[in-house]
Amino acid sequence: MKRAPSHSYPGLNLGRRHESAHKATEVVTFGFWVFLMSDLVYFGLMFAIYITMIDAQAGGPGPHELFDLKSVFAQTMILLTSSLTVGLAMLALKYNLPRSRIVLWFGVTLVLGLSFLVLEIRDFMAMAEKGGIPQRSGFLSAFYGLVPLHGLHVSVGCLWLIVLGIQLRVFGLTDLLMSRVVRLALFWHFLDLIWIGIITIVYFGGLTYG
Amino acid sequence: MDKRSEMHRRERRRYVIGYGGSLLLTLAVFLIAYTYGIETKGVYLAISLLGLAQLIVQLVYFLHIDRRRSSREDLDLVLFSTLVLLIIILGTVWIMGNLAVRMHTYPM
Repeated sequence: MKRAPSHSYPGLNLGRRHESAHKATEVVTFGFWVFLMSDLVYFGLMFAIYITMIDAQAGGPGPHELFDLKSVFAQTMILLTSSLTVGLAMLALKYNLPRSRIVLWFGVTLVLGLSFLVLEIRDFMAMAEKGGIPQRSGFLSAFYGLVPLHGLHVSVGCLWLIVLGIQLRVFGLTDLLMSRVVRLALFWHFLDLIWIGIITIVYFGGLTYG
Repeated sequence: MDKRSEMHRRERRRYVIGYGGSLLLTLAVFLIAYTYGIETKGVYLAISLLGLAQLIVQLVYFLHIDRRRSSREDLDLVLFSTLVLLIIILGTVWIMGNLAVRMHTYPM
């Protein structure tokens, strides 16, 4: 039987130690990359709409009145750290560390993901109090089409973390679950990439050109 | 066992380097915004270049995308999607911007 090469798909590979899981993961991971890239195109469209809508404020509140950079900074730090912890969970899995270690890093990632969401929702509420609601202007519609879409992805990621954590406890480290952890880590890193786009284009871009 | 823990250390270091790099770039972006204000295009250019650098750091250190031969197909997928994305975004911004100028909603 031909051995799978030790590095055969982007992202952290399970490698030879988990031979069967590694082979099973290769194909589905490629499929998952196709999904991520189509998701990227979707986000790209929302970015394009936001860029064309920056000036369409219709006399409503603009970026300078609405954006709170301190909160955005906190959210950035939280999301970046969670990207590290999900990577550490993945490494704990790859190197057969005790399962409690994997669950620990999962837990830390989940807490960080939820804190991110809390901060983001508080931001939206503060914006709404200043009259920044989606139907106020084209700019705000575009903003609420893009940023909460990312938030929705993070929520789904949190749900995925919880479900996968429970499955790991119940079934142990089966091949299927290992390959799911690989995909979850990819998904989470991908969300961090999108967030960099959001702070650069939505927040800083909005403040510069809005 | 020894080789394993050696590899583990190396891969963990890779994540920590990626994290440290992203952290520095993020701090730099917010520091620039805080010190110089976010009004001028020069400042925004610096911020977007740092953002681009952080994208690359995370792609390499977190998502492990590189030019290794074995992951070439997937790299092709990523590059092609990026191409589609750029066509969509730049095309939209170009056409809509041009339209806005012709409709006189933008100053020339």
